[in-house]
Amino acid sequence: MAFTPPKESFRGRVYPVTIGTEVQETFGGENTLPFHRFEGEIPHRPLISYEIQDVPPQDWPEVVREPYSDVSDDPVKWAQFCQESLGAKSITLRLIGTHPDQKNLSAEDAVKVVTDVLNAVKVPLIILGSNHIEKDAEVLPKVAEASKGRNCVIGKAQEANYKTIAAAAMASGHKLIAMSELDINLSKQLNILITQMGFEKERLITDPMCSALGYGIEYTYSVMERIRLAALAQADPVMQPPMVADVGMYVWKIKETQASEQDLPEWGSLRERGILWEALTATTLMLAGAELLIMRHPDAVSLVNTFIDEMFA
Amino acid sequence: MALTGVEIFKLLPKTNCKKCGFPTCLAFAMKLAQRQTSLDKCPDVSEEAKRILGEAAAPPVRPITLGTGDKAVKMGEETVLFRHEKKFVNPTVLALEIKDTEDEAVQMEKVQAVLTSEINRVGQLLRVDAICITNASGEVERFETLAKTVAEKAPEVPVIVSTESPDAAKTVMGLFSGKGALLYGVTEANAEQMVPIAKEAKASVGVRADDLEALSALTEKVKSLGVEDIVVDSGARKAPEILEHNTLIRRAAIKKNFKPLGYPVINFVQREDPLYETLLAGLGICKYASVVVMSSAEKWKNLALFTLRQNIYTDPQVPMQVEQKIYKIGEPDENSPLLITTNFSLTYFIVSGEVENSKVPAWLAVMDCEGLSVLTAWAAGKFTGAKIANFIKESGIESQIKHRELIIPGYVAILKGAIEEKLEGWTVTVGPREANGLPSFLRQKVAA
Ligand code: B12
Ligand code: SF4
Repeated sequence: MAFTPPKESFRGRVYPVTIGTEVQETFGGENTLPFHRFEGEIPHRPLISYEIQDVPPQDWPEVVREPYSDVSDDPVKWAQFCQESLGAKSITLRLIGTHPDQKNLSAEDAVKVVTDVLNAVKVPLIILGSNHIEKDAEVLPKVAEASKGRNCVIGKAQEANYKTIAAAAMASGHKLIAMSELDINLSKQLNILITQMGFEKERLITDPMCSALGYGIEYTYSVMERIRLAALAQADPVMQPPMVADVGMYVWKIKETQASEQDLPEWGSLRERGILWEALTATTLMLAGAELLIMRHPDAVSLVNTFIDEMFA
Repeated sequence: MALTGVEIFKLLPKTNCKKCGFPTCLAFAMKLAQRQTSLDKCPDVSEEAKRILGEAAAPPVRPITLGTGDKAVKMGEETVLFRHEKKFVNPTVLALEIKDTEDEAVQMEKVQAVLTSEINRVGQLLRVDAICITNASGEVERFETLAKTVAEKAPEVPVIVSTESPDAAKTVMGLFSGKGALLYGVTEANAEQMVPIAKEAKASVGVRADDLEALSALTEKVKSLGVEDIVVDSGARKAPEILEHNTLIRRAAIKKNFKPLGYPVINFVQREDPLYETLLAGLGICKYASVVVMSSAEKWKNLALFTLRQNIYTDPQVPMQVEQKIYKIGEPDENSPLLITTNFSLTYFIVSGEVENSKVPAWLAVMDCEGLSVLTAWAAGKFTGAKIANFIKESGIESQIKHRELIIPGYVAILKGAIEEKLEGWTVTVGPREANGLPSFLRQKVAA
């Protein structure tokens, strides 16, 4: 029986999204499944963005706090360190300090941090709120305005607050992350609502909600695969924005990245375990369709970069 | 790939004799296509039709078992390309390679690593499933020494024997005869000598070719030599080829019913850096490998891969769940605290683990919420005041404890009033939100 390789091509294509001004990065743009270069085009590699915060990362476990111990007291130094010393291609600034349960920093405080960081680095910036519905709706429009023209990514717009955030991102010429909760229909619905406001679908990034390995990754994985198939096979235009996986935040709060080897000898070295957990969560979600990854540990990032290099060699 | 009703109809006698219990051959064919009846109901069907229909009904990826006894593992039988369509069936076998060129001490360490790799995660016992012994030296004697060590120290662990030398295979396979071993290293060049050796040892055959075309031809050849339990290696070693070949093999089997590639796939992912190697093993787990062969088995690496494999191979329709009942943690008595949670496996194991950590004996009431987490169950209306009250009353716990205090998860603090209303004489105490707050919470509670 002769063998004919059962290759498949698709009608649909993921939108390419370009961010930044002085230095630009593009992700998305493919017309095939993740890394399926043998049967389609993937013009851009997945992009990894280094996560930093507006306040010192007190709740990050030691393994991932340590690489930043000299710089993490100051977001500007931290951002520069990522760009200069780690070769970051993009930086994600999470305004976690604005959360009412954290420092409850004001929108003005946030604007200052964002402006300072923008002035200090050239690589594209992703600006995230604290994931507090009301506070994000208050803070994100102000920072969007303050970073106008810098072609950043603003996030995350959710069902309960998308209107103000999307309007601000639109007015200031930014890209926007739309996050829903692990459900393809909710995700589609939110993208539709946002585009109905006049926000171009080509400027959206879908966040179907991340989960860490061992803590629901199978849900994220399958929702991402389904969204990607809808984009490619059904060529559904509202499902065609690229997807983000907010990996670091979910990984570095679980027990596997924190419990010491003394307490759980059967889990082995904590350092390797933590780094691996972040890297493996990231590659797994890339295989499901994520093109933009937000990560924390430099060693995890370089492992994932090696994986991407090999895939694109 | 299953045949359609019309395709089946063409193979039937077309006499409409009704002996099968259906009014027409076509009606019978339709039911067959839906797998609602079986072919043997028609007494007049031809041998030819039986053969064709039998082949079409066989699973697209051949089921093969590696090893025997308690530690045997199944491979193949997959039916889909994406896990949201249907559960992936047989989890990827993780195998640790031991080479005959390695120091004896290293070899022993590896055997030991496999034997002690078992971890309990979310109620499942997970382990490195198999040992792959590799004839890297090319010498028969060294290989035999290694094989003897493994056969003696790890007699129950399924074995993959990796060599391209018929001499080495012949010498070693006797040690694993009847133990469901896999003889890997069969190629176009050595198939005539190797296949009979595998057959004699009742082993399956692992074939390697340099591309998919050659691989298809090779499996046909092995089959014609009398062995059908085959595991295939396309020669892919780099990530993009592993992804490409595994995908094309799975597609050919499932979508085209292409029998020459309808076999479990084996991937070799050994790399210098064990961290990086894990990422490639992860690629194999996500993308259709039935066996992944690795060069090391560090504990942290095992934990990550066991977890990924468990996640990818869970049923997408049915979350993993535990039985509804009142669990005892430690040796609780009539004064011990009573906590409640849902029966989602992950939730149960996290919470029971933390209660254990607290060293405070306790009663843990686990309520059936169809395997949903606390917040999901609450949002879905399955973890409500009325239902909790009902469950507590019917559980019989009231006869086992003297107090009437129920500790609920912090995230559902809002349920306090509703439960107290329905559960007369009880007080509800709101516990911490995250389970890791439980040890200090419980210790304070019993100290007070
Ligand atoms: C995965 C997930 C799902 C999965 C289901 C997974 C499952 N088996 O439960 C799916 C995709 C099916 C799903 C569906 C829905 N989901 Co959902 N889901 C999640 C998600 C992302 C994770 C849940 C999880 O696995 N948590 C891990 C487990 C271990 O957590 P847990 O059970 O709560 O246990 C922790 C604590 O509660 C505590 N604890 C547990 N027991 C006890 C006991 C005591 C005594 C104490 C002190 C502590 C304690 O310890 C644990 C660890 O710290 C959460 C968001 C999130 N990150 O939490 C949303 C979330 C729970 N879902 C939500 C919603 C609304 C839904 C839906 C109703 C809507 C929808 N998206 O369609 C449906 C309902 C399902 C249905 N059948 O109708 C909401 C709930 C909103 C709210 N605050 O009430 C959440 C919070 C998302 C959000 N932010 O909106 N979901
Ligand atoms: S018994 Fe066979 S031949 Fe008779 S009606 Fe049924 S299918 Fe047709």
